[in-house]
Formats: sequence, C-alpha cells, structure tokens
Amino acid sequence: MKLVLSVLAIIVLALVPWVGVSTMGLHTVFGVVLPYLAIAIFLVGFVWRILDWARSPVPFRIPTTCGQQKSHSWIKQDKVENPHSFWSTVGRMLLEVLFFRSLFRNTKAGIKDGPRLVYDSSKWLWALGMAFHYSFLVVFLRHFKYFAEPTPDWVLGLQWVDNFFQVGLPVIYLTDVLLIGAVSLLFIRRLWSPQVRYISLASDYFPLLLILGVAVSGVWMRYFAKTDILAVKQLGTGLISFSPVGADVLSGIGAVFFIHLFLVCCLFIYFPFSKLMHLGGVFLSPTRNLANNSRMKRHINPWNPEVKVHTYDEYEEEFRDVMKAAGLPVEKE
Amino acid sequence: MNDMPKIIIGLVIFLMLIGFPLWYNVANDKAGYVPDMELPDTADQCVRDTEWMRTNHMDLLNDWRDLVVRDQQRFEANQVSQQMEMSLSNTCMDCHDNKSTFCDRCHNYMGVQPYCWDCHLEPEEAI
Repeated sequence: MKLVLSVLAIIVLALVPWVGVSTMGLHTVFGVVLPYLAIAIFLVGFVWRILDWARSPVPFRIPTTCGQQKSHSWIKQDKVENPHSFWSTVGRMLLEVLFFRSLFRNTKAGIKDGPRLVYDSSKWLWALGMAFHYSFLVVFLRHFKYFAEPTPDWVLGLQWVDNFFQVGLPVIYLTDVLLIGAVSLLFIRRLWSPQVRYISLASDYFPLLLILGVAVSGVWMRYFAKTDILAVKQLGTGLISFSPVGADVLSGIGAVFFIHLFLVCCLFIYFPFSKLMHLGGVFLSPTRNLANNSRMKRHINPWNPEVKVHTYDEYEEEFRDVMKAAGLPVEKE
Repeated sequence: MNDMPKIIIGLVIFLMLIGFPLWYNVANDKAGYVPDMELPDTADQCVRDTEWMRTNHMDLLNDWRDLVVRDQQRFEANQVSQQMEMSLSNTCMDCHDNKSTFCDRCHNYMGVQPYCWDCHLEPEEAI
C-alpha cells in the first residue's frame, strides 16, 4: 500500500506538468512561479528546521564511543572512536559526513555451520550510499551551468572528468549511470530484504522514487527527447537574477523539461518536511559531534533546580554562641 | 546551553554555497547575456530544419560520421541537395565558415565541450 501510493504519487506528479504545459499552456506557472515558490519553501523550511534543532539544549556529552578514551600518557587513545578535543571531533565528523563511516561498520548477522551466530561485515549499503550521494552531488553541481554565466571553470572541469570516457553522443556522464544505478538498487533493496521492507514507510519509498524520476527525466531529455537548452539556460539565468524570461522563450522548451523541472520543484518543496533533512541533520548528530571530555570538563545541566544548601561554616556562624555555651568545639573562636 | 552560534555559522556557509550562481552572476554581471550566432548569408536553407538542428545537430554529425567511416557512404539526399556530402569540414563549414562566431558562441554559453576539433581542422577565419 505504501509502495503503491508512492508509485502513484510519482506518476501523478509527472503527469501534472505534462498536462499543464502541453494542453493548458501554463508555461509561466510551471517555469517561473513554481520554481520560485519551491526555492522559497526550501530555504525557509530548511533554515527553520535547523534553527528549531539548534534551540535544543545540549547539557551533557553523549557521544558513542568504541575505543580507548583519553587517559594516562602511556595508554594509547583512539582519537577517532573516542575524541576528546575539538579537532579530533572535527576529524571524526568529517569521516562521518564525507565517507559515511558509521555505515561502513555495518554488519549482518548470520548462522554458520555449528550452528553459530556470526556477524559479517556488510558493505553493500555503504557502497551504494556513497555512489548515490556523490553522483547526486556531481549532477547537482553540474547544473550550476544553467544558472551561472559565464559557465564557471570548475563546472567545466567537473564535466570533463564526468565525460572522461567519451562514450556515446551526447557523451554519457558517468554520474548519470551511477546515480540511476545506485538509486534503483537502493530501492530494490527496500523490497528485497524482508526486514527492511517491514520497516519501510511511504516516506522511504517516495523520496527514492522522486529522485529516480528526476534522474530519469533528466537523462531522457539529454539523450532522447532533446529540448532547446539555450532557452533553458535563459530561463535559469533569468530566474536566478530575478528577471524571468517571458512566454516567448518558455514556449520553445519541450514538455519533458517541464516534467523534469516540476519533479525537482517537488523535491525542493518536500525536502524540509522529510527525512531528506539529514543533509543538515547529519552535522547535528549528538552521538558523533560531541567530544568525550566529561572527565576533563564539568558539564552542568542548565535547568537543574537550584539546591538550597547550608554549609558548615554558615551553620557555625549561626549557632556559635550556643555551641560555645554548650561546650562544643568550634572552628573559629 | 546549546550550540546555536556554531550552527548559525554552518547554516550561513551552506546558504553561501548553494547561492553560488546568485553572487557569481552579480559579480560577473552577465546574467542577461544571450548568445547571438552569425548565420551565413550564402545559403538560405540548412540540410535539416532550423528547429530540428538546434536540438539534434550533434546526432546528425554523429550519424554522418558513422555512415562515412563505417559504411563508406559519403553522400545523402536532403532538402538542399540530392547528393550532399556528409562532411563537417566540407559541407557544414562551407556555409558556417566561422567557428568562433557560430559554433563557439552557443557551445561556450552552454558550457558544452564537443570533441569535433580534436580531429577536424577549423577553417581559417578572415580577420
């Protein structure tokens, strides 16, 4: 049901701009109004959610540690698994954000002859995740050429590497193949593995299918149903410089482009409300981004109730005369 | 106690990164630029319709190359001629004789780097 719903949603989302542009002529709505709306919702939503998380108090250190913590000088510390300083925590976070280190440690339980329970290393999810995220990043960055004029040199460099093998014409981007391959396999994994399927929700299927829809419509446009990309760049630079192009330019762009653009807009609108927020959230993982310095620095919970104490000094001050009279020893005469 | 200042710094860096085209265009002040290709005045018709050529010329050149190099088929019949040589240097560049004011204007704008000129020589341009 969750799966059927997600598939149906994608089909409907792909049909909306197609009908809107080819039969109703709503080029300006799908080419100008909606992209602005999507970017606005994305930016405001993203910032709002990050600030919402940022308001959470961080009273204590709760890093997950799985190595020797900082101790005597003759005991070797595991700086990555148990960082105690700012910079070793930064190192741990970089490995997490850039190389998905936690996922790299993924294991799979299985029964071997014996019978005995063994935990095998399982790198598939990590490898597909890396392939997917990095190719998506390169594809995203390559698209800057539709907004920036003159086309930045680093985009050309990225393209050159991506086109390195010069297969086909237009030359096939390696990241196009990797992106569609990885996202398809990640989707199949959700269906294939009974455990994963059991815990999968519509909010897991939908973003995968939406990204697949974006990628397939983009590839379809580049290699098969070609459209006038000159007009597309005019649209892009016009949008980014707040002087959008008129209907004359928009009407020269094929319907497949509007399907692509609409799915991208849906992705941007959906982003702040979904699990995709792990883009910002990964940096705020308290079990990774906190230094394990509880033994070096005292962390006091800011909302602890104030405890009323009455120290011995104060006690003696109050009852000194009485104590003296009773013959009790006092510290100060 | 929370990490608000650090998070706001991160958020600002993120917004600056994704806003790259915005400030890049402001710095270069060329966002309104639209390439203007110089069309030949020697001919009034291309081997295919202009609209089709605009989006599919790379496919045509690719097909031509395969036909010539692999099938030894050097001529085709099209709307201009019954015996048109399928050649970039001899046919296309005959009319579009200036690479920098025709091909390059659009390719540079779109950041497209075709490898035609790895092998072909471009015609000498009158300065």
